[in-house]
Amino acid sequence: MIFLQLCADGLLLGAVYALFSSGLTLIWGMMNVVNFAHGDFVMVAMYVAFFAFTLLHVGPLIFVPLAAITLFMLGVVVYFALVRHVMRGPMLGQIISTFGLALFLRYAALWAFSANFVSLPDTLVGGVYDVAGLRLSASRLLAGATALVLTLGMHLVLTRTDLGSRMLAVSEDRTAAALVGIRPDPMQALAWGIGAASTGVAGALIALFFYVSPEVGNSFTLLAFVTVCLGGFGSVPGALLAGLAIGVIQSLSAYFLGPSTKDVVVYALFIVLLWVRPQGLLGRA
Amino acid sequence: MKSLPRVLLVAVAGVLVAAPFLSDNPFYQRIAALTALAAISASAWNLIGGYGGQVSFGHSVYFGLGAYSSLLAFTKLGVPPIAGAPLGVLASFVLSVIVGLPSFRLRGHYFSMATIAIAALAEVLVTNWAFAGGAIGLMGPANARSLADLLFRSALPYYALFLVVLGSLLALTYLMQRGRMGFYLRALGSGERAAESLGVPIRRYKLYALLISGAFTSLAGSLYVVMIGFIDPNSGFGILVSVNMVVMSALGGAGTLFGPLVGAVILVPLEEMTNALLGGGGSGAAYVVYGAAIMLLARFSPGGLAQWWSLLAGKGRRGAA
Repeated sequence: MIFLQLCADGLLLGAVYALFSSGLTLIWGMMNVVNFAHGDFVMVAMYVAFFAFTLLHVGPLIFVPLAAITLFMLGVVVYFALVRHVMRGPMLGQIISTFGLALFLRYAALWAFSANFVSLPDTLVGGVYDVAGLRLSASRLLAGATALVLTLGMHLVLTRTDLGSRMLAVSEDRTAAALVGIRPDPMQALAWGIGAASTGVAGALIALFFYVSPEVGNSFTLLAFVTVCLGGFGSVPGALLAGLAIGVIQSLSAYFLGPSTKDVVVYALFIVLLWVRPQGLLGRA
Repeated sequence: MKSLPRVLLVAVAGVLVAAPFLSDNPFYQRIAALTALAAISASAWNLIGGYGGQVSFGHSVYFGLGAYSSLLAFTKLGVPPIAGAPLGVLASFVLSVIVGLPSFRLRGHYFSMATIAIAALAEVLVTNWAFAGGAIGLMGPANARSLADLLFRSALPYYALFLVVLGSLLALTYLMQRGRMGFYLRALGSGERAAESLGVPIRRYKLYALLISGAFTSLAGSLYVVMIGFIDPNSGFGILVSVNMVVMSALGGAGTLFGPLVGAVILVPLEEMTNALLGGGGSGAAYVVYGAAIMLLARFSPGGLAQWWSLLAGKGRRGAA
């Protein structure tokens, strides 16, 4: 029973991991650039949710979209101001650019909001549901279900719409896409916008049941890396499956091996995966 | 660029090196020692990260390894901390082979992602390792039992010691730069596939570079605890330890002989003075500036200050390296 309970909790959290990891995988697939600040985007979204609640007294129905819009704009700005210029330059510049962004966001938050942990009240989305003997808290159910729907939605938009086809065209071949009349810049900016907006929604949802601090971003960045690596770089369905799996692995290892080891298991999994199968478990060689 | 700037450069460098010995202000002497120490680890990072183009965010693992080896040798065996430095260097060799070698299959972004995870993993493991002091960390000797404990009230002896190590590292780098290995590494840094297709044995030379780089970073960790007398998981293995090496190299010019030193000479005094002015509470602010500086460098001047220098010295001549 406890095993099923842990799996259920893991799946709900894993759906949220899947959502923000899909954003990372979308950016990677479009332009072969890793966003080292991805977890810090999640952190920014968590603070947006926190301050929207404490200062504007609005609930998740307002602050989740608000965080999505804020992060969408941040992503587009980062693309035009930074990534667009470094992505064709030397590798050192490509790698350190978003890493610098991560430092900047993390320590600006530390400076502005202090290192103290803050959190939204538990009662914001209160209640515990009893489903077939499993106790599922309403906040996690809301977060997991929303994340699942949005991740699937992102996959449908990318594969079933005209816009998705254009983005795919740019990711396959920038020059060829330009030749058939698709301007690459807006598509890549859009990928950054959507990728960042996914962290916006995910961050605001996690804030419902997770503490907020300037330094949470580092572990989210690594979680996104391992999810994307497990699911195959550039694949949204892969990220979804991998995110759910990581959620369950974390939940089980935290219970059976002790809370301090849940990161050890995930990080070690990531390193071994990179060593033996750099293209990802479900990825193509 | 040949004669005049070089004479000028040597003169300026000479004055900078000698200045702390002439000053009797302990604050500046301390800054000089910390600058030399930071220059050691940044120059060590530069071997693999700058010349070889393998951007590591995990060099803190080597630094922590050296620091912990020294203080474990002191707390468990009772020997002077500096006696643990060879152990740290030995451990760094083992780490380079066991962890570094498989990571060399990864290119570009993938390599950097792996190094972040390795450092994060090391930090969690050490935090949960009671033998090594857990989250609290380890302390060095409180009182000098003999001269070998290297406990001095003044920062000057440390400065002299660090200068010797830095000098050896830079001399080694200079020799490497002029020799076969320097050419191989630069070929690797400017394009891994191209280098491989020209017959550069890339994995072997990456490993050589990592062995030297890791050994000196580990030595820097040992020297750090000899002077500071304390280490905990965050100050040994934390991501910011790696950040310092990366930002100093990138500012001065990654893949150049003196780039990391120039970066350290600019950034360490700046950080220490801001901390002194803001009363220590400004340490977060320093990293906001570092983050912004890294973004600006990546965006406008990926070659660092060295890029400007060669433009100035070459009077606009292109391709001067």
